[in-house]
Amino acid sequence: MEYSLEQIASQVRRDIVRMVTAAASGHPGGSMSATDVLTYLFFKEMNVTPENWRRSGEGLDQFFLSAGHISPVLYSLLARRGYFPVSELATFRRFGSRLQGHPSVDKGLPGVNQAAGSLGQGLSVAIGAAIAKRMNADPHTVYVLLGDGESEEGQVWEAAMAAAHYKVDNLIAMTDWNHQQIDGTTEDVAGLGNLRTKWEAFGWSVLEGDGHDFAEIARVFKEAHSRSRLGTPVMILWHTEMGHGVDFMAGTCKWHGKNPSVEQCAEAMKQLEETMGDFAL
Amino acid sequence: MKEYIDSGKKDTRSGFGAGLAELGNSNPKVLALTADLKGSLKMDQFAAEHPDRFFDVGIAEANMVGMAAGMALSGYIPFIGTFANFATARVLDQIRQSICYSRTNVKIAASHAGITLGEDGATHQTLEDIGLMRMLPGMVVINPCDYNQTKAATLAAAAWDGPVYLRFGRPGVPNFTPADQPFEIGKAIKLNDGADVTVIATGHLVWEAIQAAKQLEAQGVSVDLLDIATIKPLDKEAVLASARKTGKVVVAEEHLIAGGLGEVIAGLLATACPTPMRFVAIDDQFGQSGKPAELMAAYGLDAAHIVQAALSF
Repeated sequence: MEYSLEQIASQVRRDIVRMVTAAASGHPGGSMSATDVLTYLFFKEMNVTPENWRRSGEGLDQFFLSAGHISPVLYSLLARRGYFPVSELATFRRFGSRLQGHPSVDKGLPGVNQAAGSLGQGLSVAIGAAIAKRMNADPHTVYVLLGDGESEEGQVWEAAMAAAHYKVDNLIAMTDWNHQQIDGTTEDVAGLGNLRTKWEAFGWSVLEGDGHDFAEIARVFKEAHSRSRLGTPVMILWHTEMGHGVDFMAGTCKWHGKNPSVEQCAEAMKQLEETMGDFAL
Repeated sequence: MKEYIDSGKKDTRSGFGAGLAELGNSNPKVLALTADLKGSLKMDQFAAEHPDRFFDVGIAEANMVGMAAGMALSGYIPFIGTFANFATARVLDQIRQSICYSRTNVKIAASHAGITLGEDGATHQTLEDIGLMRMLPGMVVINPCDYNQTKAATLAAAAWDGPVYLRFGRPGVPNFTPADQPFEIGKAIKLNDGADVTVIATGHLVWEAIQAAKQLEAQGVSVDLLDIATIKPLDKEAVLASARKTGKVVVAEEHLIAGGLGEVIAGLLATACPTPMRFVAIDDQFGQSGKPAELMAAYGLDAAHIVQAALSF
């Protein structure tokens, strides 16, 4: 059966909330703000075949999650896309699981290219992978997702400078700009400011879009491709809402790294349609 | 005691540069990255001969670690080079997550390690790097003693599947390892068979230990002398065999006692063969500006101090 992007995203958000509730820990807020963009990425945008996945990324598009704490959305999408059985989502954060709290290659989970969790490192890795693709004359694209709070890390801007210097134009970087981090809003905590002018000043081609509107997501990705391979790295700033999809979780930093209670989970399930079948707990 | 001939002083970092240049021609997968220290790391020849495989990333070490990890995913073998302080302490978390935990095949080439960096002073005199690197699961730690051994170790590091930390110094030191001696990772080199005391040395202290062993021999003390270039994985059998034979062990290194080879050996001996030990290393302090030889003497890292330690049991 073919599912619409909306149906997939609804199921992914159900997975996220159910995973963190079952694990009694994890990061639902940023997972839910990034859900629509990453659903589009994995189901429409990227040229990937899960059965051919390998860490080298050879001959395929390659995705790096830099903000590793939003592992629930990555795991749900990898499972729903067919990288590993959906039933394995029930093992999230449990002893011996391949679904570690933060993404790991340690236990060989298909679809995870690199460990992430300590913030600010993924863009550098993606740049290295993109340069390797260029050296190998591999025409595929490298994608990476950063958090907006993560962009407070200095390494992100080291990487920003390097990507422009090395004209890494087979890379599409994205920021999940939900304006929230653990301790409050990105403005209150760190004065994050205007990400667009910051990235432009570092020599990037910058696009913006509504990260919860699939028509817009499609349009912006298309535009991103038209701007790639032109000697400049591309950054898409996705305007999103932390906790999007569940009214009592939306738009606040409170759900950055907190799990719902069983009752709150039940309430959230009423707001998110089950479309592809829940994993068994 | 066997004679070791100094074929002329050379810096160990130049041994790395020569090894890297050789790899440039023998292995098309080898890449080199530096954070604005191409000349100091002796990467000039590689960079000139393989500009498409050389990346000067600017003064941005954290990004360099990540880029190298990303390149390694595709089967490349990146060597990242900078001063030992910036190659370890500054980017410990990047090495931990993007290299070791992610099991990427990156080689860290760290120069100007130890007190012999000299005049630049304590900000650059890294004395903690061996400890930092050996604590990381999966990291190989190599501290070669002269030019020829460093060149051979560089070739061995490229052939090893997994992260490797290579430690070099700045000043010229006697070059006595035979140029054709291959480097075997994890294998101690027996420099002298003796019965009275074991001296284990690494890096720049190996030549000092050879001089110390000669002096001790002249005083009627025969030294079982080991060059431990691979600090991790340690050649446990070689260390245990020597400790069992002599019952006394001196460890000499250009590093803090904390985290250094001495502690590695002590950890092994404490469980497998408790043996009285002496540490020729720096105890819980920073260095300062000065000439290398002057600093080695002032901080107790020369042949005279090894002799003293060996006679102190």
